[in-house]
Amino acid sequence: MVENYSSNAGSVVAGIDVGGTFTDLLMIDGRSGGRVHIAKTPTTVHNQAFGVVSALADTGFPIPEIDLIVHGTTTTTNAVLERRLARTGMITTRGFRDVIELGRRTRPQAYGMTGVFVPVIPRDLRLEVSERVEASGAVRIPLDEAEMREAVRRLIEAGCESLVIHFLHAYANPEHEKRAAEIARESWPNGYITTGHALLSEAREFERGVTAAVNASVQPILERYVERLRTELEARGYGRDFLIMNGNGGMISARFVTRESAKTVMSGPASGVIAAAYTGKRAGYENLVTYDMGGTSTDVALIQNAEPAVSNETEIEYAMPIHVPMVAVHTVGAGGGSIARVDASGLIQVGPESAGANPGPICYGRGGTEPTITDANLVLGRLDPKKLLAVENPVTVEHVRAIFADKIGRATGLDGVAAAGAVLRLGNMKMAGAIRMVSVARGHDPRDFALFAFGGAGPLHATALARELGLPKVLVPARPGITNALGCVVADLRHDFVNTVNQPVASVDEARIAEILERHREEGAALIAKEAVKPESIRVTHSADMQFVGQTHILNVPLPSAQVDRATLQSLFEKAYFARFKVELPEIRANLVNLNTSVTGVRPAVDLSRLIDPAGRAATLEGALRETRPVWYDGAWHDTPVYAREKLPLDAEIEGPAILEQMDATTVLEPGDKARSDADGNIVIEVGKL
Amino acid sequence: MSLDAITLSVIQAALQQTCDEMDLTFSRAAFSPVIAEANDRSDGIYSAEDGSLIAQGSQGLPVFVGVMQYSTRTIIEMIRDGRCAAPEEGDIYIVNDPYLGGTHLMDVRFAMPVWRGGKIFCWLSNTGHWPDIGGSVPGGFSASATAVEQEGLRLPPVKLFKKKMLDQEIYSIICSNIRVADQRIGDIRAQAAALYVGQDRLFAILDRYGDETVVESIAELRRRAAEQMRAYIAPIPDGTYRSKAFVDSDGVVDQPLTIALAIEKNGDTLTFDFEGSSPPCIGPMNSVLATTLSSVYLAMRHIFPDVPISAGAFEPLEVKRPEGTFLDARYPRPVSGCAAEVSQRIAEAVFAAMVQAVPEKVTAAPAGSSGNFALGGSDPVRGRDYVMYQISGGGYGGNLSHDGLSNGCSTIGISKSPPVEIMEQAYPVLYRHYALREGSGGAGEHRGGFGLAYEVELLRGEARASFVMDHGRVGPQGARGGSDGAVNSVTVYRGGEAHVPPHLSKEQDIPLKAGDRVQVGTPGGGGYGDPFRRDPELVLRDVRLGYYTAKQAAAMFGVAVVADTIDREATQELRETPAA
Repeated sequence: MVENYSSNAGSVVAGIDVGGTFTDLLMIDGRSGGRVHIAKTPTTVHNQAFGVVSALADTGFPIPEIDLIVHGTTTTTNAVLERRLARTGMITTRGFRDVIELGRRTRPQAYGMTGVFVPVIPRDLRLEVSERVEASGAVRIPLDEAEMREAVRRLIEAGCESLVIHFLHAYANPEHEKRAAEIARESWPNGYITTGHALLSEAREFERGVTAAVNASVQPILERYVERLRTELEARGYGRDFLIMNGNGGMISARFVTRESAKTVMSGPASGVIAAAYTGKRAGYENLVTYDMGGTSTDVALIQNAEPAVSNETEIEYAMPIHVPMVAVHTVGAGGGSIARVDASGLIQVGPESAGANPGPICYGRGGTEPTITDANLVLGRLDPKKLLAVENPVTVEHVRAIFADKIGRATGLDGVAAAGAVLRLGNMKMAGAIRMVSVARGHDPRDFALFAFGGAGPLHATALARELGLPKVLVPARPGITNALGCVVADLRHDFVNTVNQPVASVDEARIAEILERHREEGAALIAKEAVKPESIRVTHSADMQFVGQTHILNVPLPSAQVDRATLQSLFEKAYFARFKVELPEIRANLVNLNTSVTGVRPAVDLSRLIDPAGRAATLEGALRETRPVWYDGAWHDTPVYAREKLPLDAEIEGPAILEQMDATTVLEPGDKARSDADGNIVIEVGKL
Repeated sequence: MSLDAITLSVIQAALQQTCDEMDLTFSRAAFSPVIAEANDRSDGIYSAEDGSLIAQGSQGLPVFVGVMQYSTRTIIEMIRDGRCAAPEEGDIYIVNDPYLGGTHLMDVRFAMPVWRGGKIFCWLSNTGHWPDIGGSVPGGFSASATAVEQEGLRLPPVKLFKKKMLDQEIYSIICSNIRVADQRIGDIRAQAAALYVGQDRLFAILDRYGDETVVESIAELRRRAAEQMRAYIAPIPDGTYRSKAFVDSDGVVDQPLTIALAIEKNGDTLTFDFEGSSPPCIGPMNSVLATTLSSVYLAMRHIFPDVPISAGAFEPLEVKRPEGTFLDARYPRPVSGCAAEVSQRIAEAVFAAMVQAVPEKVTAAPAGSSGNFALGGSDPVRGRDYVMYQISGGGYGGNLSHDGLSNGCSTIGISKSPPVEIMEQAYPVLYRHYALREGSGGAGEHRGGFGLAYEVELLRGEARASFVMDHGRVGPQGARGGSDGAVNSVTVYRGGEAHVPPHLSKEQDIPLKAGDRVQVGTPGGGGYGDPFRRDPELVLRDVRLGYYTAKQAAAMFGVAVVADTIDREATQELRETPAA
């Protein structure tokens, strides 16, 4: 029995995010004026539920009194990346069982004729039946029901737990897939049956097939996980429904989440972006480039008008597309663990090789021997050398510096410090280049954006990156290390819809557009009404994917309402196209490709003003001063004040160089930067000139 | 002297990013699906003095590696000699002449001088594959052309933009000579927009680091790229590494064309000698010099992917001009097949020689064909003409540590093939199957990847089918004891009768009626290493997955699979029996 629950500003909401190493919890207690509880426990890899309940227990808050738990899990992501999947069978149109193995004739990289690819479902579990629908939706060969029964029987016999039914052109006419699913249900021992058209009703058989295959093969895994967590929570007195983050940045009841399990893949990065949008909006910054730097990779996303960009075309690894609407998070293969080396031509290169989490940077004391970006930060005084004492087998700064001198300095004529400085500068530049390609290079003026830096390592590099990118401001949230958990706390209920139209704007039926968008709205509202959590209001936004007739790439254009006429569509698109490419093509007509709607059940505002306890603020800036230590900037050591972030007075103004330290992150202000702390505990940095 | 290791690395990265951003802009704004989807384009920065390559986008089509430096050099020389109008600020030249440092006619190049203080600082240039350039067949791949005039409109370097304005007269000449001209303005604007983006980024670099520092860095980077390539070459044992590769035919005369290659390694240089290759051919399978050179470069970059694409990296690679062979065609030899097929055979020859020299870095031969199948016809229901292109991949070669990928992209490309559902939406065809081609991977300790098998039926109206493929006669070669991959196969069923093209992989304008079918099997990759040394468990797995039959497992790998298990004794016997 699920209890109905109306969340309001006076309730207790816990957001729990499971990351690779740590499970982070952030609980905001609305009953006592937004009091904050934070917990960080090691992630329990085999059953993430243990880490979740131990994080809850760590807060000391009585679990039965929590009103709502929102959870971000990497269960499905890990299952796909490590191919620890449920045994899944696939039944396809005769002649097409290899579609998910063949892909679209690619290789993993432009240069190098090698690569490895393992399909989600092995070939011996992919069977074919007679049936064929044409592109128009007309049935050419009826579904052979006897063959279908036989195929289902064989897959059950082969021990399959999950089933995918994937027929050609099912987006145009889903009747065969529906009938085949009915037949399968007669004998399939459980409910794990995914039809291709149900998740993604769009042409492109490879992408639709992989999306369905991923969904089916993680479904039992997610369901078991949800059940385990439910049991654990109930045992501790929490009997309410809980919510799970989806990759679109919205959350959904744990009761419904497994139906579309594929949507939870990539939900971790999405929740960080949601938190960024929410935090930025409260701070007055609605256009953000978000940047979450980890050990091996960095996630980048774009937020405009407080709305994260959404993409229907995410690829979670080589040849593994998941085409459902998800927050567009681009992963750049560079992070704190990126290794620096001198190549055969005597030039310094940073990455793409990474020391990863194991052995990790030299300074982690786990046996790393190659100099990394994190090590450079240490040698340059940006990271606190005293922290090294906390690692397992401590190494000295002198030792790390000597490695820089040896491996980078010798071939380039630099001493250890200058070599570390070079590695940091080059690392920042490469990272900025990669960030530019997925953000401001796509037709945006960098001056309109602020850089939102989070993750443990993000704030270390933020001002340097912003300078390279030409972004005038940097925003560092109060708790950079638990941004994903914050995303769980502030996320709304959300459903996204896509309909393919693919017609020249000049000939589209305006009434049909309104009808499609209206149907989206109704479906979304109905889904939200089923949730136990009642939102404060419903927000509906529409957009169109458009192109010039003859093009293949699309441009997403926000629509003012569901009632748009042809002339408005044409002019909205032309404006957006000019903004992106500075090209006008009055001689060519526009094409309407997709109509999109997102329906959001808006939850009550969450007060972030106590993320850093206001009672801990010092009266003056001096009161927050921890020490002064030499830090290397641009070729010279500067005596740099180091402040305790939690103690900064409200509206404190700090001029760089300065370092702000807190438990889970270090923020660096370079000479010329100016920072201010605001009421939510954010640091807003005005970036000095290049 | 302000040059230090840091500045150099930083400027190298900045120039590289400039080119990557040009690539991105060009693709995203382009109309031609060949550019927008298939990324059949490339952008780069070239020296003001001789057009030599300074930097090139990392996501450009591999076949264009280094190639634009030859067309840019030609423009610079023609301007010097007064054969081409002198540049002014804001001018952009257009050129597609294959014999002036090009590829085939469809690859249209723009070149724009970048002005700094009243002087040309460098050139920016890009190439995009236009969907049509006139000529006897739509799309330009005429398998039976015997002179370049039949292949389309040939443009010497002329100014398409004068002081930033599009020259309407030249534009109208172009539009009057090509098909689907109404959308080309979109590609022209996109191609120019990419150059402008590059110029903006370049100015930002010059303003930040100073012109002099950038000039010095470019010279130093070139020297160091050469050093890096030399450092990779030096450990290779001195000696001569020989190989051969074969093009099925030139499309007109039914006999194979031979690429004979001898790579001589001496100290820290490699000399590529194509002596003994076939003379120029009648049909369109000739290569022009620029394409032959870039084919060698792209193959070497597949082997050493982290060498930057710059003129310096090519310095230690000496390619002797293959005069008198089909790899150095002169006017008016037809050349449409050079970029798509001949280039891949040249790359195969380089792989086959280099795998002897650096066995840990090179794979057995990949399918190495673009697999062009074009269908042109008229759809009576929609009342319009169409040209459909089906490109497809094939198996990659095995390598020292892994089996080859299945259905990989052509060696010279990075483009995806179109989905079956999109093809059926757009054209009156129905695919009866689109499947992994069982048994096609060449046997080896690490086997080749599998090719693709598909069958297309014409649903209505009449149409003409054309094929420009390769490896129909000899499969992609195995390496170090591995077997060749399966050959390409084409069969056309007309009125129920099977027709196999006389040239196996190439034929033009085969008439089809509704109900006729085209069946294609693309090549599998070559195997790497002795197949009898392949782990029997892996052979069993391959049989279970239906990749090979039990019979093939015995014949190709010497593994006896009986009732879904390995018969150890029989396997030992098979493997100990000396080959007949």
